[in-house]
Amino acid sequence: MTATTLDKAAVSAATVEFRGLRREFGPTVALDGLDLTARPGELLALLGPSGCGKTTALRMLAGFEHPDSGEVLVDGEDVTRVPAHRRDAGMVFQSYSLFPHLSALDNVAFGLRMRKVRTAERRARAAELLDLVGLGDKGGSFPHQLSGGQQQRVALARALALRPRVLLLDEPLSALDAKVRLTLREEIRRLQQELGITTLFVTHDQEEALSMADRVAVMRAGRLEQCAAPAELYGRPATAFVAEFVGTMSRIPGRVADGTVEVLGQRLPVDGDAPGAPEVDVLVRPEAVRVRADDTGDARVVASAFLGAATRVTVRLAHGTEVKADLPTHEAAALGAGSAVTVSLPERPVLVAERV
Amino acid sequence: MAGSMNTSAPSTNTSARGLNKPVRVRPWRGVVLAGAALYFLVPLAASVIFTVDVPGEGVTFDAYTRIFGTDGFVSSLLLSLELAAATIAIVLLLMVPAMVALRLGAPKLRPVVEVVCSLPLVVPPIAFVAGIGTVLKWGPEHLSRTPLFQTFTAIQNPDFPFVLVLAYVVMALPFVYRALDAGLRAMDVRTLVEAARSCGAGWPQALVQAVLPNLRGALLNASFLTLALVLGEFTVAQLLGFQPFAVWIVNVSGSQAQLSVAVSVLSLLVTWALLLALAGFGGRSRTAPRG
Repeated sequence: MTATTLDKAAVSAATVEFRGLRREFGPTVALDGLDLTARPGELLALLGPSGCGKTTALRMLAGFEHPDSGEVLVDGEDVTRVPAHRRDAGMVFQSYSLFPHLSALDNVAFGLRMRKVRTAERRARAAELLDLVGLGDKGGSFPHQLSGGQQQRVALARALALRPRVLLLDEPLSALDAKVRLTLREEIRRLQQELGITTLFVTHDQEEALSMADRVAVMRAGRLEQCAAPAELYGRPATAFVAEFVGTMSRIPGRVADGTVEVLGQRLPVDGDAPGAPEVDVLVRPEAVRVRADDTGDARVVASAFLGAATRVTVRLAHGTEVKADLPTHEAAALGAGSAVTVSLPERPVLVAERV
Repeated sequence: MAGSMNTSAPSTNTSARGLNKPVRVRPWRGVVLAGAALYFLVPLAASVIFTVDVPGEGVTFDAYTRIFGTDGFVSSLLLSLELAAATIAIVLLLMVPAMVALRLGAPKLRPVVEVVCSLPLVVPPIAFVAGIGTVLKWGPEHLSRTPLFQTFTAIQNPDFPFVLVLAYVVMALPFVYRALDAGLRAMDVRTLVEAARSCGAGWPQALVQAVLPNLRGALLNASFLTLALVLGEFTVAQLLGFQPFAVWIVNVSGSQAQLSVAVSVLSLLVTWALLLALAGFGGRSRTAPRG
């Protein structure tokens, strides 16, 4: 109920655009010409290994870092030189960032106090926001009395209090334990969709990014590798880096000849462009690899890990390459370590990458 | 005594013995405590007895009542308190923004500032005051034709010798630095400032509304240490020829021995009271949120 009233007030979803952002910290290049656009109302996850510049990009949008070159645009308006407190961006931090001397309610109302909103009005709005994040009864509690998950909820309410045009989440879940992380993940997504607010979400957890985001931007060494919807990112990774960073990938050596690749004794079409060199690696997901018990096979099972309904089996091929395959657990039960097997791939186009 | 209490504890709840660690008897604790108590309490008790037990008159609190009537008590105490207030204000206005800026902007300079702020501990007050005295003598001679001459006169006004405040600010630096450093260490200044800024607070607002309230304990500590320093400071004030509280105590002790010891005991009690008040204040700030 409260959500709908907030909803109406908050809808003015913004487009966020990074143009050629570059930033060096001494010898390290944090951002190396980043171009990225977030569409109005979408949740865009910035995903990448640590040090890839994702947090720097987010902090530039918040106004805490300044680019050496390039610009940040919100709704087409250049905000690169606008100081942080006039950016109209709510932020949730990785570490607990609530003001320890203020109650949850006063924390949420802090921004409204800065904007000189009348006391009664800001308390009412803060209470409304606490209800929205499910902590309506915790208004009087101080941060040290709240659990980590509750603190991040209050931080989220605080970030939303000024009806920002953009919501910035800097690994807000990484300090929480696994179970709280899952529930809060869903809650953030629900709130974000209800409010329709453009949101940038920095994370190094690919599962988090894939499950929450409308689109995921994979970054590497200060540059954008690929920005696409989760399913596309998983199914059609644009680069070998994305393929291996998102989900599990095995590399099997193969040989390219006129648009097809010869791998594991099969000849399969190449998906996308084939690299120049004929010696390539074929990239395969574990669920696409077939493993069959075969006494004459020259591959050997070396390990298996139980995942529930499926079991991930690691197979060493004759020439030493290890391939991971997901099998239904009842099938995998028959394949103990050392069993002889044959490995095959489905008759579908496969991704190839230059051999490393 | 402590030993006997410890040994009786396990016998009263033998059932819990398997769960609890067996209580060890530590007679040394009692000995050390008793030693420390003797060391501190005997001189204090001797002082009190000296002030109340006047030969031939029996026990009398005359020395204490006389304090307030003695010439110079009120004026010197007031002067000391004024000096303390000015010193606290200046040293905090100087150090709080400096240390927050240091933390946010140039964390690598921290050791340098720490060493600089600790220098007053190394330089003996006697050397310090000799330097100040030289400058005060040299300055007016060379600057007699400039407006700075007036400044030199003004800061040596005996009603409020500002030169003492300047000296005390320097002497308080090590204590204030340490108190503030401990306070700032206990919180994530950068994140708090950034959180405040993303909530629409400008720099000054972020400092005053987000950082300072969480530094309250450290500010109180720094203020208290500075107050204690200024109330007890003798060397600099005496050698520059001013008469705040500590100098007054020494001056009256020559003529009225009992009175001066009574003042010392009284000032010790006042210091304790302030310390307890501070502890209570700080303690309440921590427990108040639970209410």
